[in-house]
Amino acid sequence: MSSIRVVSAGLLTTVQDLGRFGWAHYGISASGAADAFALRAGNLLVGNAENAAGVEMTLMGAAFEFQADAVVALTGSDFGAGLPLWSPVEVKAGQTLRCGPSQSGARCYLCVRGGIGVPKVMGSASTHVITGVGGRALRAGDLLPIGSEAIRRPRAAAKSVPPLGDGSLRVTGGPQSESFSDELYRGTYTVSEESNRMGLRLRGPVVPSAAGHMLTEGAPLGAVQVPPDGQPIILFVEHQTTGGYPKPANVISADFRRLGQLRPRGQVSFERVTIDQALRLLQQQEQWLYGL
Amino acid sequence: MTIRPASDRSLLVVFGDRIGPESYSAVVHLTHGLAGARQVLNLHPAYTSVLIDFDPRRYTHERIEALVRACMETPGPPAPQPRQVEIPVEFGGACGPDLEDVARHTGLEPERVVEQFTAAVYEVYFVGFATCFPYLGGLPAELATPRLAAPRKHVPRGSVAIGGHQAGVYPLASPGGWRLIGRTRLRLFDPQAAPPPLMRMGDRVRFVPEARR
Repeated sequence: MSSIRVVSAGLLTTVQDLGRFGWAHYGISASGAADAFALRAGNLLVGNAENAAGVEMTLMGAAFEFQADAVVALTGSDFGAGLPLWSPVEVKAGQTLRCGPSQSGARCYLCVRGGIGVPKVMGSASTHVITGVGGRALRAGDLLPIGSEAIRRPRAAAKSVPPLGDGSLRVTGGPQSESFSDELYRGTYTVSEESNRMGLRLRGPVVPSAAGHMLTEGAPLGAVQVPPDGQPIILFVEHQTTGGYPKPANVISADFRRLGQLRPRGQVSFERVTIDQALRLLQQQEQWLYGL
Repeated sequence: MTIRPASDRSLLVVFGDRIGPESYSAVVHLTHGLAGARQVLNLHPAYTSVLIDFDPRRYTHERIEALVRACMETPGPPAPQPRQVEIPVEFGGACGPDLEDVARHTGLEPERVVEQFTAAVYEVYFVGFATCFPYLGGLPAELATPRLAAPRKHVPRGSVAIGGHQAGVYPLASPGGWRLIGRTRLRLFDPQAAPPPLMRMGDRVRFVPEARR
């Protein structure tokens, strides 16, 4: 089987597909690409099934040596690889693709025609970094087999990519939104260095927590939870499946890609929308993807 | 029963705000009833609620709500015989650094804390948190001890703990604020092996003291 050798691994480079669903009742969140929009676009561009596994790089990219000819696409943020982004590109056997530090957001995806052919664990190739389900972060010397998930011809390069926006995160009300006033929507928050795939920790104006005790309950992806210190945490792809902190808001599905591209020290603010607005925004994003 | 959106892709079903047999049996009924339904991506059962994740491109909140109501009106299959799980535990010392604190708080000798803790039969209410953490009901009321004021950054894998009126076992090393009274060598969860985890919703659990090595 042809494969790709990891020459250098970067900061946190993992194999991801769209996630491992159906295990939350065992306390295992879906994981999957932090910017699923970018992974799906990359897969569509190289002619893969949308859910094919690709490589997710974080802040500092990896280098890959191709042991066979391949068609690849880099999507997400620009990690200075010297290839056009959001475009299928042919790579020859023996060539090395070098990614460096991010020049924009937090994550860059490498999709390969055929997908990354690692074995699936519980139905998914995704790495759940914190628990080790699905494997571990890549290291120099690892060999990534190229799979057989190509289902159509590669697409033409994307003409324009929907902008990521200015750091505003659109949210719908969370299950405890009545227990909060609108402090969350007034301030600007900074993404803390302690953020990871499990959660984005924010620093900024205190959001006063509602008084009273709350029973532990299920927590969805993108939930904005507020612990007693009033500093919001946005639950991300490797989030805990249950939690006991109140949740005034939840980031909308169409803005998950913004979460995936937030860097430490990045600035965010919150804007409340209705569920209908959230679904319309998601539909627009889907239409762009299917226009590829 | 109240049903409300938790996000644009999830619905939260709440059966009251009190932990008890009625709300819990409703949680079990809904969780089993919706397990494997094609409209559902993930189920998050908890003490009195179930969170349901779905794909908003395919289904609406109204559609999932109708599914929930239909499920609650349909009698479920008779409850299966609960599985019995025994957990060998080394109590106190380095394995249970908070045993002395629990003893002080409860006014019991550490040996009595262990006796009472191991005499009880626990039920796995649900499994959640970060990977296969079993939330256990059935802690003797005398042993209830508040959580730590500031959570530990590192709780070792297999730590057996008391958090308020609940008991639990940490499946993986993680941060945590519960009181650690012992540790088991059993692996509750093995990322290399296919789940299900050692402890599942509805299981009956006993802790068995193990001599200090």
